Amino acid sequence: MKSASRLERVLTEGHFAVTTECGPPRGAEPGVIRKKGELLKGFVDAINVTDNQTSVVRMSSIASCVILKELGFDPIVQMVTRDRNRIALQSDILGAAALGMNNLLCLSGDHQTFGDDPEAKNVFDLDSIQLIQLVKRMRDEGVFPSGKKIEGPPKFFIGAASNPFAEPFEIRPLRLAKKVEAGVDFIQTQCIYNLDRFEKFMDEVRKLGLHKEVKILAGVTPLKSAGMAKFMKKNVAGMDVPDAVVKRLADAPKEQQPEVGIQICVESIARLRQIEGIAGVHIMAIEWEQKVPEIVERAGLLPRPQV
Amino acid sequence: MIMGQQKPIRAILDMLAPYDKIVLAGCHGCVTVCRAGGQKEVEILGSAIRLAREAEGRPIEIREVTLERQCDPEYVETMRPYVQDYQAVLSIACGAGVQFVAEKYQTTPVLPGLDTTFIGVTEKQGIWAERCQACGDCVLHLTGGICPVARCSKSLFNGPCGGTTAEGRCEVSKDIPCGWMLIIERLRNLNMLDNYRKILPMKGWRTSRDGGPRRIVREDLTQ
Repeated sequence: MKSASRLERVLTEGHFAVTTECGPPRGAEPGVIRKKGELLKGFVDAINVTDNQTSVVRMSSIASCVILKELGFDPIVQMVTRDRNRIALQSDILGAAALGMNNLLCLSGDHQTFGDDPEAKNVFDLDSIQLIQLVKRMRDEGVFPSGKKIEGPPKFFIGAASNPFAEPFEIRPLRLAKKVEAGVDFIQTQCIYNLDRFEKFMDEVRKLGLHKEVKILAGVTPLKSAGMAKFMKKNVAGMDVPDAVVKRLADAPKEQQPEVGIQICVESIARLRQIEGIAGVHIMAIEWEQKVPEIVERAGLLPRPQV
Repeated sequence: MIMGQQKPIRAILDMLAPYDKIVLAGCHGCVTVCRAGGQKEVEILGSAIRLAREAEGRPIEIREVTLERQCDPEYVETMRPYVQDYQAVLSIACGAGVQFVAEKYQTTPVLPGLDTTFIGVTEKQGIWAERCQACGDCVLHLTGGICPVARCSKSLFNGPCGGTTAEGRCEVSKDIPCGWMLIIERLRNLNMLDNYRKILPMKGWRTSRDGGPRRIVREDLTQ
């Protein structure tokens, strides 16, 4: 084992993993995280906490993850390169490890113009692939990028994201290959609604043999309404929501739409489980975390393995 | 070339409020080409300032001049005979020009009439676009002649990120083509897509502004 990560054990033992995501609060109240955590106990193998997603300031991922750790989770720290140069990244990597974190998801991060502080100076000293290299080198070689030795190297199970649906499509498996070459251990994908296209992506991934080198968790997000589906289709870059999905929601009466959204999500998970090379599912229920237990249960993913 | 854009006239008038006798200095270099700070712009801006000040009942005397280049000492020196007769210089050269004039005339306030924006090209008449960030360590041979630092909104060395739109645009704006999409297209056309498979390592930013203000010394020329 490369780390003390529970997620690593689940995946290594060949279980179909279930992870979810928790958006931290826009305030200093730890109870918000605890409440979300309590809802998810026993239903997932790990919880990601986002790092100022869409560049909107929230409680830090590391701090939120510590709160989840106190509840017994082995959370996944998300870390973007938008806000930290390599000095701050190394320092936070050490700090997160010291606080008992075992999983780190390496991302570049949404551009700051999306958030509340569009006037901010961005950093992007490294990109996500270079961050993977950095964390791996710190873990496996026990050195900083400077080459200097680390006293007590941080042992992370290293994750990254992959978006199979953003242009240029044909390059996306190659970019995943670069993340694998950089040393990533697990991948969580962008939300999948277009399963046909995702299957084509996975065909390419298997041709490159990547599914044998990295654990791929397929991302899903339950849609609350036809309105949300339309919004994501139209406004979220790199998101592919087929018309059939929008129609299925729109055809249902308004009060039935959340249930249809959950049903679509459950069906998607069933189909994703059949794809060779998919090692788990990552459920991103955006400000709808309370529905995750139901989704996991209806998808037949209970009980979660004791590892 | 170095691109500039004239500041709003209101901002210029506010800067000039304490003065009633100034030099308005243009530059025949880059800012002439990008139609922001050449002789013609000196004339137009000079007239606008005079009119505005007359309307305010505070006429201003303006000496209009356009230097060959404000970034070379011999041309900046040409102002020496008369500069001390004026209260300030309003320069509509790039930021380098403004500073060089200030450096040479220690007791005269030098005000910027332009915002210096980027190193770029004339895409077509009236449209200019950024191409270079002067990072000091060129990788264009690896990226198909398209710069990831200047053309990707996140300056990613191993893009594209997940935010490329269906139209091949950047997540930041539909007016920005995804730099990495351009790189990949170009590498494909050049039959050099293998370049994409290689991970570009962490960049050393010391050659960029991050190493502090930069200087080039050519011993062969300083003699």
